[in-house]
Amino acid sequence: MIKIKNLHASIEGTEILRGINLEVKAGEIHAIMGPNGSGKSTLASVLAGRDEYEVTEGSVDFLGNDLLDMEPEDRSRAGLFLAFQYPVEIPGVSNINFLKTAINEAREKRGEEPMAAKDFLKRVKDKSKLVELDGRLANRSVNEGFSGGEKKRNEIFQMAMLDPKLSVLDETDSGLDIDALRVVANGVNQLKTKDNASIVITHYQRLLDYIVPDFVHVLYQGRIVKTGPKELALELEEKGYDWIIKDLEEVSA
Amino acid sequence: MEVMNETVKMSTKDTFLSNFNLLDFSFDEDFSKDIRSAAKNTIEGLEFPTSKVEYWKYTRINKIIKRDYSISAPENKVEIDLSVPSKNCIVLINGFYSEELSFFESEVGVTFSSLSEAKKNSSVLKEKFNSLVKKDEIFAQINSAYHQDGAFMHVEKNVQAEEPYYILNFVDDSNILSNPRNFVFLEQGANVKVVLKTINTANAGSFTNMVSELFIEKNAHFEINKIQNEADDSFQIATEQVVQADDSTFKINTFTLNGAIVRNNLNIDSLGKNTMTYLNGLYPLKGKQHVDNHTYLLHREPNGESHELYKGILGDSSTGVFNGKVFVHREAQKTNAFQSNANIVMTDSATINSKPELEIYADDVKCSHGSTTGQLDEEALFYLRARGLSKDSARAVLVNAFASDVIEQIGVESVKEEIEQYIDDNYQGIK
Repeated sequence: MIKIKNLHASIEGTEILRGINLEVKAGEIHAIMGPNGSGKSTLASVLAGRDEYEVTEGSVDFLGNDLLDMEPEDRSRAGLFLAFQYPVEIPGVSNINFLKTAINEAREKRGEEPMAAKDFLKRVKDKSKLVELDGRLANRSVNEGFSGGEKKRNEIFQMAMLDPKLSVLDETDSGLDIDALRVVANGVNQLKTKDNASIVITHYQRLLDYIVPDFVHVLYQGRIVKTGPKELALELEEKGYDWIIKDLEEVSA
Repeated sequence: MEVMNETVKMSTKDTFLSNFNLLDFSFDEDFSKDIRSAAKNTIEGLEFPTSKVEYWKYTRINKIIKRDYSISAPENKVEIDLSVPSKNCIVLINGFYSEELSFFESEVGVTFSSLSEAKKNSSVLKEKFNSLVKKDEIFAQINSAYHQDGAFMHVEKNVQAEEPYYILNFVDDSNILSNPRNFVFLEQGANVKVVLKTINTANAGSFTNMVSELFIEKNAHFEINKIQNEADDSFQIATEQVVQADDSTFKINTFTLNGAIVRNNLNIDSLGKNTMTYLNGLYPLKGKQHVDNHTYLLHREPNGESHELYKGILGDSSTGVFNGKVFVHREAQKTNAFQSNANIVMTDSATINSKPELEIYADDVKCSHGSTTGQLDEEALFYLRARGLSKDSARAVLVNAFASDVIEQIGVESVKEEIEQYIDDNYQGIK
């Protein structure tokens, strides 16, 4: 699905990603963990195409396309979805209308007819139920006046509406209480198929109680320094990151 | 021997006024003729304002007045698709009333006609015509002296008009100078909505100098939607003089869509208690357009409330000016006055001059004013694109959202659709 090779990226001259290598296959869930400032959100931003970041080296192949060469909207249309860590409030823009535009622009690009209004509404109904998003919220302005939990649920709702191949969830668990966390995770699990994949970026192990990853990667100073099975997350929860960092220092010494 | 050539020495004002030399107003009613002569005398003592005059600081009058114009009704039959969703519509072409294109379906208690028709038999018009026009405003005085025709509306006591009434000012030839003149009188408890459009179907060089007097009596409710769609190379100065009595509501929504220079002088004397006033404006600008909105609102009596919301979207090398003044008189306790001007500047070469002003002499009031200028929100743009909207669509969506609270103020559905459509059509391709 996605092959990230030796990815380096900087912002305003400071190198944040320093050689990321990662391959995610269809049907897999990968968790990326790491201390603050390790580059987790930068990775998400670079994949989604945020232009403040400059890619200085490396390549990303997404379903046979050179991802780094694509505009953010083309990445989305090709099946990449980023659930924002801080979803943006956009007053005056209806959640539903903009999703309709997004879906139909993507269909148009693929040479398909716009989705029938009836089918669209049914999808809105089904998918908002999936994340327990109040129907009224779906119809409101994008994230305007939403609580933290509602914003995150709205991200998963949009993900469900757009039906991506690869979802990158950037600290979707941050700021969520346990109920909201469960709802969000439940949404993600229900959307999982053998044909799609997820990269779940998180600071805490907590989310991984609900979304069970196939692999856990530890990101530190812009590199993946350790990869393991789901149990690695528990170990990190228990022991923190220091032991990994210490191992690294010993190796390099 | 040297021969003095008199024409060379003519001032800009005289040259401009010579446009009117051939006009014949012998058809007019006596009271109106008297008003014309008085206005001519007043004009003699006035000059066109220069940029040194604060009120006209940003409007380049010279571009408007130093041009050759003609004043004439169209020679050929005009083919215009009106598509007006109303049963009542007054059409002016080049400032002249078009009996052929205007249409009416009489509604009890509403008199809606050309101004020249009303001059013959309306006692209200005879009594109040020109009473609100300012003596020191040369463009308004020129209109008083040389107006050809316009729209007249008189709504009787407690009459609730069913449909919006339309007034369409077409300019259908190049280099046309026109002075449309409107008069509206709502009796106590009357309620009506009006759509006032200026549409330039020709290419170039015209100047529309419109004056409207509006009298809103006790507990009457009036909404006017003003759409200015001049040609790229045409000019408009529109002056509205409004008086509001106790418990009345006045709402104006001004949409300036095109024109090289468009200047709006909106003056409201809220002379009554407990009045509601809404002043809304939207100016989505392109090219080298210059749009100048000057508003003045006087709260004279207690318990008045006013909401002013003007929004600009400035593209290319356009210029916007907002100068809104709210004056709260010493007697006007418990006034609530809110004023806001927000602008999105799309390019480095677009400019906005925004000056909201409050002058308050009462001590128990709630007033606020604010002005914001910025670019489209980059975070929001990225968010929308990350969901698959093209850059152009994402921009169009954000521009629409920005304009939406002004558009929501429109009480006439077809106008709402027209403005939304305009934004959609014009902000897909912006860079």
